[in-house]
Amino acid sequence: MGNSNKRNRVSFSKKFKEASIHGCFLVNAILVILILVGIFALLVWTSLPAFKEISITEFLFNTSWNPTSYVKASYGILSMLVSTLIVTIGAMLFAVPIGIGAAAFISDLASNRVREIAKPVVEILASIPSVVIGFIGITLVGPYIAKVFKLPDGLNAINGSILLGIMALPTIISLTEDALKSVPKSYTEASLALGATKWQTIIRVRIPAASSGIIAATMLGMGRAIGETMTVLMATGCANAMPTNVTDSVRTMTSAIAIELGEVAFNSTHYYALFAVGLALFLITFAVNLAAEIIFNKKQKL
Amino acid sequence: MKNKFNVITEKLGFAVLTACLLVVVLIIVIIFTNIIINGHSAISLDFIIKAPTDGMTKGGIMPAIVGTFLVTVITAIFSIPLGMGCAIYLNEYAKQNLFTKLVRISIRNLAGVPSIVYGLFGVILFVQFLHLGTSVLAAGLTLSLMTLPLTITASEEALKNIPMSFREGSLALGATKWQAIRTNVLPYAVPGMLTGTILGLSRAAGETAPILFTGVAFYLPYLPKGVLDQFMALPYHLYIMATQHHDITLVKPIAYGTAMVLIGLVFIMNLGAIILRYRLRKNRKE
Repeated sequence: MGNSNKRNRVSFSKKFKEASIHGCFLVNAILVILILVGIFALLVWTSLPAFKEISITEFLFNTSWNPTSYVKASYGILSMLVSTLIVTIGAMLFAVPIGIGAAAFISDLASNRVREIAKPVVEILASIPSVVIGFIGITLVGPYIAKVFKLPDGLNAINGSILLGIMALPTIISLTEDALKSVPKSYTEASLALGATKWQTIIRVRIPAASSGIIAATMLGMGRAIGETMTVLMATGCANAMPTNVTDSVRTMTSAIAIELGEVAFNSTHYYALFAVGLALFLITFAVNLAAEIIFNKKQKL
Repeated sequence: MKNKFNVITEKLGFAVLTACLLVVVLIIVIIFTNIIINGHSAISLDFIIKAPTDGMTKGGIMPAIVGTFLVTVITAIFSIPLGMGCAIYLNEYAKQNLFTKLVRISIRNLAGVPSIVYGLFGVILFVQFLHLGTSVLAAGLTLSLMTLPLTITASEEALKNIPMSFREGSLALGATKWQAIRTNVLPYAVPGMLTGTILGLSRAAGETAPILFTGVAFYLPYLPKGVLDQFMALPYHLYIMATQHHDITLVKPIAYGTAMVLIGLVFIMNLGAIILRYRLRKNRKE
């Protein structure tokens, strides 16, 4: 009896130790949720004072963002929103086809050895810091654009689009490749057995079968492009006006925050308004990522 | 039946796909050669070990290198335990329930939060609320939150690669769950976890937006003496040299030199991680 009692006590302290270790790890997981909720909550909390002075309709639909005006300060984010959209859509226009093409090459055409080299190369592109890409935009892409479009300088929406496209490529390539890899082999074999060429199989069977994964990849790449700061800050010229042309200099939401937060008076309406821009940015990227996830999960169920 | 038309379209199609990958490779080659060609002449021992002088038109970038190193170390101190702990929870302890699902959704969404938004969060929470001021600590904490999703995902991947039999063998011999994890899972998973962590840290080292308002300084005549001091950082230094300096053409060589050091640093960290992973995969196959 005594013996078993002792054993019980040992196992109790053991159980307690096990439970507390379990608890320690659980805390980490809880923290992750708290961080996401915390980011959202703090952004809402800090931008609320801004909406005491700015109406939501002005914030969303006024085309003029001029918080430092002596006459009447205006806080409309529409021009930034349009700028972000133009630059992002431009980026996707060339990053999506090239990204899908490169992914199809890596997954379906490349030999094992080429694949072993190509994948790390794509990762290297992902690792280049955004500030370096922005620097390339100023020194290399900018002058070239200025020459082609006969402009005084090449810091505009096109430049930003090209750079953001480059930055979105690795995301699009690696996720599209994953999507192509997960297309069941039977699809490919059936298509080839029916006499289709390898090319026809890729274009008409494999890519359509992977389409939801590819759309999700595109959306995640888009999310990255929308939230990118340094590249657009350096390469788009950042003129604070409603863009009318792709060769216009644009100021995106991210670069507006980056430029103005350093100069603004602490706890002024302008300060709060910049956090409201951050909140809008957070909500947009959140929606884009959520949409990507929903589309991706739909595929999983099929 | 392959007819001539199909053969030609196939060849054309394959050429297009190959061209797509070549464009990607070409972009990388152009970026690297451009920076190396224009940057290598700026690199010298003095450039690495001296502080900027003469209104940042001469001298080196030592304080920026030290600052980036410091902030990366702080990032590592916070993101490694938190990231690995969360990964261990998800892979070893978590059950398939709503809570686990919420954690996973949070991780995926954190990965999509723009870096400048992390910066805003850092300003409110670390700089103001926790009274850390604009400091290398506040910046490091902000960066560690940003790298967290990457660290967790990569660490979990490493844990997943450890066969179930390793855990079962240990449990069958009477080990507790934690003993099994500590002795039979972690020793094999840690190298893989580190690979992902290094990739995350290399991204932190190259980031600018999250540190813009949390601690980075334009120019400091001295090195940070403690974690509550401001610091200079390579990516921000490059940004200044490329756009904010009063004589941009004069300091262009310094900008290129800074870009080369930054790219070199990030490249070495990435290469290290890739080689580590490659060797791990090879070991596993054997």
